[in-house]
Amino acid sequence: MLNIHCPNCGVTAEETEFHAHGEAHLKRFGPGSTDDQFESYLFMRKNPKGVHFERWRHQNGCGKWFHVARCTMTLEVFGSYSAQTYTPPQEIIEKIQHRRPDWSAEAEAS
Amino acid sequence: MSTRLATPGRLIDRNKPLNFTFNGKNMRGYAGDTLASALLANDQMLVGRSFKYHRPRGIVASGAEEPNALVNLGRDGRFEPNQRVTTTELFEGLEAQSQNHWPSLEFDVGAINKHLSRFLPAGFYYKMFMYPRAFWKHVYEPVIRHSAGLGKAPKSRDEDSYEHFYAFCDVLVVGGGVAGLQAALTAGRTGARVILFEQTDHWGGRAPVDGGMVDGAPVDNYVDETLAALKLMDNVQIRLRTMGAGVYDHGYVLGYERLSDHAPDQAGPRHRLWRVRAAQVITATGAIERPLSFAGNDIPGVMLASALRDYVVNYGVSVGDRTVVVTNNDNAYLTAITLKKAGLDVPVILDARVLPEDRGLVAQARALGIRVLMGHAVSSVMGGKRVTGVKICSQAGEGSVLEEIPCDAIAMSGGWSPVVHLWSHCGGKLRWDSATACFAPDVDNPPKGADGMGFVTPAGAAAGVFALDDVLHDAHAAAEGAATCLDFKLPRDVTSPTAERREESPMAPVWMMPQGASAKLREKSWLDYQNDVKVSDVRLAAQEGFVSVEHAKRYTTLGMATDQGKLSNINGLATLAGALDKDIPSVGTTTFRPPYHPISLASIAGEAKGHIFQPIRRTPMHDWHAANGAEFEPVGQWRRPYAYKRGLESTHDAVMREVTNTREKLGLLDASTLGKLIVKGPDAGRFLDMMYTNMMSTLKIGKCRYGLMCSENGFLIDDGVVARIDEDTWLCHTTTGGAETIHAHMEEWLQTEWWDWNVYVANVTEQYAQVAVVGPNARKALEKLGGMDVSKEALGFMEWVDGTLGGFKVRVYRISFSGELSYEIAVDAGYGQAFWDALLAVGTELGAMPYGTECLHILRAEKGFIMIGDETDGTVIPQDLGLGWAISKKKTDYLGKRAQERSHMTDPDRWKLVGLETVDKSTLPDGAYAVGEGTNANGQRNMIGRVTSTYHSPTLGRGIAMGLVLNGPERMGEILSFPGTDGKDYEAKIVNPVFYDLEGEKQNV
Repeated sequence: MLNIHCPNCGVTAEETEFHAHGEAHLKRFGPGSTDDQFESYLFMRKNPKGVHFERWRHQNGCGKWFHVARCTMTLEVFGSYSAQTYTPPQEIIEKIQHRRPDWSAEAEAS
Repeated sequence: MSTRLATPGRLIDRNKPLNFTFNGKNMRGYAGDTLASALLANDQMLVGRSFKYHRPRGIVASGAEEPNALVNLGRDGRFEPNQRVTTTELFEGLEAQSQNHWPSLEFDVGAINKHLSRFLPAGFYYKMFMYPRAFWKHVYEPVIRHSAGLGKAPKSRDEDSYEHFYAFCDVLVVGGGVAGLQAALTAGRTGARVILFEQTDHWGGRAPVDGGMVDGAPVDNYVDETLAALKLMDNVQIRLRTMGAGVYDHGYVLGYERLSDHAPDQAGPRHRLWRVRAAQVITATGAIERPLSFAGNDIPGVMLASALRDYVVNYGVSVGDRTVVVTNNDNAYLTAITLKKAGLDVPVILDARVLPEDRGLVAQARALGIRVLMGHAVSSVMGGKRVTGVKICSQAGEGSVLEEIPCDAIAMSGGWSPVVHLWSHCGGKLRWDSATACFAPDVDNPPKGADGMGFVTPAGAAAGVFALDDVLHDAHAAAEGAATCLDFKLPRDVTSPTAERREESPMAPVWMMPQGASAKLREKSWLDYQNDVKVSDVRLAAQEGFVSVEHAKRYTTLGMATDQGKLSNINGLATLAGALDKDIPSVGTTTFRPPYHPISLASIAGEAKGHIFQPIRRTPMHDWHAANGAEFEPVGQWRRPYAYKRGLESTHDAVMREVTNTREKLGLLDASTLGKLIVKGPDAGRFLDMMYTNMMSTLKIGKCRYGLMCSENGFLIDDGVVARIDEDTWLCHTTTGGAETIHAHMEEWLQTEWWDWNVYVANVTEQYAQVAVVGPNARKALEKLGGMDVSKEALGFMEWVDGTLGGFKVRVYRISFSGELSYEIAVDAGYGQAFWDALLAVGTELGAMPYGTECLHILRAEKGFIMIGDETDGTVIPQDLGLGWAISKKKTDYLGKRAQERSHMTDPDRWKLVGLETVDKSTLPDGAYAVGEGTNANGQRNMIGRVTSTYHSPTLGRGIAMGLVLNGPERMGEILSFPGTDGKDYEAKIVNPVFYDLEGEKQNV
């Protein structure tokens, strides 16, 4: 069971206090989008063996949403950060690169 | 025979005799005995039957690894099957029953299977029970069900209580042997917060049995002194009878404490589940001795050498008068020496090795006059329910008998396997140590924590370090290392104790005995005692292509019994490696999964059972309902009255009465559970336009509008009436079950997508009690309460107003879920009961009666109103339900809009909502499917619709239903056939879903 830190209320607590909601930084496509765009937004998700950016909610705590950067293989947590961002903040990217020198945000985006 | 010796036992107290029964027979033991030692002291060697062949089985081990000796323990509310006699402490009045035999332990009909073993090889179930197909259900399964299974399932409710315990520490040490004690002491001296768990009821593990000198004194003294030192440390917490059950992500460890298994009369919980967060974990879990694979190694009386030694030293119990020792290592010589010194006979030690010289224990044994045969092995064991002798042969050969030696016990040792379970649970890797022929933790690849660093360190025998001196140094270093990771410093003058070293010859791996054992011998050489897997079975699996260890395990069931292969795994995979001509590390191990040893399900449940399993939510009027005949039904965590029964009437009759009374006079519904969400802020209107399919921003202050909410997938998830309170405030009603999820849904979009919109959402569901006043007399009732104008002119349909009624501050919504003249009135929750009482008082002469949820359902179904969860199931869009009128055409966007444009959603063949009217006025079965022409690919009749809601309508005197039907709205008047599970065909006509008051005249008065 993971230990997760909520950046909104500052609590570090057990996974059961939180709920994971899948991939972070999705761009919403609404009316006017093509079928491919909409399909990709609604259904297509990354499933990496390694660094993953995720949406979490402090469900049995402050109720707020946030993001977690985590390794799906080792379960190492690189950091939690605000849900109100379109991309991971530089500080998180640096933390990941410190631990995973081969990883780059550019390769991640492509 | 096995018996109690005159020599003292370390752990028993001869001044405290205890009485117990085994299969109804009265027996005696002492305080400190395990059930195993007490049974052996009473010459009860035969304790059970094996799973498949029903072979007689005796006790093999002395600890958690025991595969055979499982019993049913206790009775009634304290009955528990599959309890290990080796981990069961004896207490006065203990009752045990042996398992898996019929009619009796001594004479078991199932034992015929052993004569059929030629026909019951590995994978037998898969090969045999395939054909003919019909045989499975009617012949094979009933027979298997009768014969399979170990203990009996308990029939009574568990009488005991259980609890969870949360703990946090810097260093958790699992295992209270010398390695664990030393690790806890060293870690404790750094100032770290330490917890130490030991699964048995005593400290020191097996070191005191095996002997040795630590810092010039017997190891017993070392254990006592270390324990005394630990007890004085405020930062160290120690627990006996607590097993480290599993190690999980980020330093989460489960401990399983057995508080009163040994003292059933003690007050308090029986088991306690420790949920520990440890920054560092030290696994000092010891090692388990391996059996040797020789023919007849499962006959009662064949035991692990270390176990025999334990019974003599710890409990003063001898397993036999004449014990043959068979080994591939020095360690088993300790058993021979111990037995000899206890005055028992050891006719011979069979050592599979050929050693160049006698050193250490070998020399000691010879000096005691024990005959030692090097390069020798067991060809086969003689005896049935008890060992009577052994045939010996050369280890190098194929088993030709050189000599027969009578004996009544055999002590075997195939070397030691570190207990790597806890190390492995969370991803710790293993390395093969060829010197000791075992898998040991690969310390360079530990389980990793949240920071990506290792958080588990093995210590002592669990790390593959066996000599006492090495164990102490290793444990000291492990603890210092773990504490240092956490920035704790060990004082400079603290060093590890030192033990005297023994001269030792290396062990030699022996996976089959003799090494060229014939097929006949291999068929009698057991690997897994509990599941009856033999060397021949694993070789057959390899021959049939099950070359992966995980596949071979499942095909043969090796290691899949309740002992999870603690004795059998290494021998099994070595046998597999041999059959595949591979080396052991390349075959690998199966996965170690928690728990290490079975733990009670009740301990996992902890306090969460019965009425405190989940919180129950009650409305302010709950007690009144309970006192007035309410039959409750759960709606989420709420309890809502289903119907109020009067006198002797049936529930059905009560519901019918409530419907008729509400239609004709006046009904009162406790609607407090409906979700109430306040949505407020400058962007609230814009936000609600995204949440709902219809337009909410244009709603006028003082007005109400029915709204639909969809997920981004387009599916209908909730509905309810929205009221505009003021310029920037809306109140959204949700379904009872939807209040929390819809609140969360709104928050999700506000926090993660439109975080720059100024909107605040508050869930005020529990702040208000809400009563629906429904029926032709509704207005009269409110007028009798008085205080505000509720006339049609002052408060029209779909309007709300604040005011007072009967002195209560109220908000009145004129909305209707029944088709009747109806007001929903909200008061502060604290006034709920008083307001309810006031309504009943003025309502008496108007025919007021409370009604429940079933009546509510019938009223809405008669009007063709949908219900979330009945008409919807997560695959239904509003368009399917004829709710197109509630979907804004003007809005450019709302959640679900784009999805509803997908081809599947606009498919004209989607099933659509219709009303269904049975031809004979009966009630359609719930969930029934309508069948059409032809059959599908599986030969089943094609389905063209299904029933979503079905009731008997007392208003119409007939069965009415709603359903989703292929092209339904275009097929009005057509009659469909719904086959019921009762074998009957129900016929129903497609009609308009509004069965009652199509024009809506009744609600508009």
